[in-house]
Amino acid sequence: MEAPYAYDRYQRQLILKGFGVEAQDKLRRGRVLVIGAGGLGCPIIQYLVAAGVGHIGVADPDKVSVSNLHRQILFGADDIGAWKADVVRQKMQRLDPDAQIIIWKEQWMHPHCLEFFPQYDVVVDATDNFASRYMINDAAVLTGKPLVFGAVSQYEGQVAVFNCPIAEGGRSVHYRDLFPDPPQDGEVLNCSEGGVLGVLPGIIGCLQAAEVIKLLTGIGTPLANQLLTYQLLTQSFFTLQLSAHPMAGQQMPGSAEAFLATDYVALCDIARQGIREMTVEEWRERRRSFLLVDVREPHEQPRLGGMCSAWSVECEELPLSSFSDQLPLLAHRDLVLVCKAGRRSLLAASIIANKRPDIHVFSLKGGVDALIESQMV
Amino acid sequence: MIEVLFFGQLTDITRTSSLACEAFADTDSLIGHMKERFPGLRSAMFMVAVDNTMITSSIPLKPGSRIALMPPFSGG
Repeated sequence: MEAPYAYDRYQRQLILKGFGVEAQDKLRRGRVLVIGAGGLGCPIIQYLVAAGVGHIGVADPDKVSVSNLHRQILFGADDIGAWKADVVRQKMQRLDPDAQIIIWKEQWMHPHCLEFFPQYDVVVDATDNFASRYMINDAAVLTGKPLVFGAVSQYEGQVAVFNCPIAEGGRSVHYRDLFPDPPQDGEVLNCSEGGVLGVLPGIIGCLQAAEVIKLLTGIGTPLANQLLTYQLLTQSFFTLQLSAHPMAGQQMPGSAEAFLATDYVALCDIARQGIREMTVEEWRERRRSFLLVDVREPHEQPRLGGMCSAWSVECEELPLSSFSDQLPLLAHRDLVLVCKAGRRSLLAASIIANKRPDIHVFSLKGGVDALIESQMV
Repeated sequence: MIEVLFFGQLTDITRTSSLACEAFADTDSLIGHMKERFPGLRSAMFMVAVDNTMITSSIPLKPGSRIALMPPFSGG
C-alpha cells in the first residue's frame, strides 16, 4: 500500500480475517470495466472505488434525467442534463483522487469490446437491454474475461458470475447457457416499462460489487455456475445451479470476425422486422379508421376508456400476457396497438402480423407516454 | 404434489408466484399443462429448473419436486 493514508482508509477491511494487506493490494492493482452507469452501475462503481480498486473503466452513452434520480443515487438534481460518465468521473475522483477512472460516453459497440476487454481483469454487465447483454456476454467468452452479470425486473433481481475460471478446471457457464437465443426487446419489460423500486438495483448492484471484490482478491467462492435470484417483496433469495446448455455454443459467434458481423440490435429489435409504427399525430388524424388495442396489463394506469370516448375512438383491451397460439377473434381489420412506451405493442403487432396477414396492424410510437405528452390523456 | 414457482414477469401471466399441482410424469408434460392453463406462457421465454437445478431437456418428476420457471431479466 503506497498512499500514506492507505492503512487508515482501509483499516476496517484490512483487519478482516482472510483479507489484509495482500487483498488490499490486489484491489489496488485490479482493473474493472463497468458497462452501464445507471441503477446497477452507480452502486457498483461507488463501492469498488471506495473499496480501493485502482482502475475502473465506465461506459455509458446517456445523460442524467430526472427519472433516474430515485435509483441512481450517485447523481443529484444539479447533474440533470450532464453526461453520466462525466459525473461519475468527477464524483469518483473526489472519493479517491488516486483511482484511475476512464470513461466512454459513446454507445459501446463490438469493436470496443474486442479492443478494451483484454485490458481488464473483470467485466461487469450493468446495462439495461438484451442487445448489450448478449454482446457483452459473447465478447467476454471470446476474450476469456470473467463477467459479473446483474439484472432487475420489477421487484426481483438476478446475479451471476459467468465465464469465470473454476476450481474443477475450465470456466463457469455463461448467459447463453441460460438463454441461448436473445429474447426480443419488448418481450421482457425494462425498468422504464415495468417499473422498478429504487433500492432494488442498489441491492443487486451491491451484490455484483461484492462478486467483483471476491474475484479480484480471491476471498470466498464466486457465484459461478449459479444464478442468484432476489425477491424484494419477501426478502428471499433463490439460487439455481446452472449447467452447460447444448445450444449455447451453436448460437454464439465462434470467432472475432463472426462476433463483429453479429447485429445484436437487430436480433433483439422487432422494430426492424417490418412492423409499421404510427405517431400520435398520424393516429389523431386517422383514428376513426382504426380500432385502438391496448396491450398493457389490466393493472397499468392510466386506462384509456375515458380518452377513447372523448376522442370517439373504438377501443379494446387485449393484454400481451393473454396472447397465445390462438389469437382472440379480431373483427376489425385495421388496428393500432398501444402499450406504455411502444415496445410491447411492437412485439404484439409482430405476433398478430405473423398469424393474421389479412389484418393491417400498426404500433403506436411512444405508447401511452406519448399520448400523455401530447395531452390526449 | 408438485410445487411450481414462477419468477419475474411470468407472474403477470400466472397472477401467482407459486402453485401446487398434481404429479406429472416428467417436466415436458408439466410445462405443457402449465401452457394450457396459462396460455400467455406459450409465447414467454423461460428456463426450467427442478429442485434448484437447471435442466435443458425433459426429466422424470417425483412427488414433492419443486419446479422453477425463470425468465430472463433485462432491467438495470
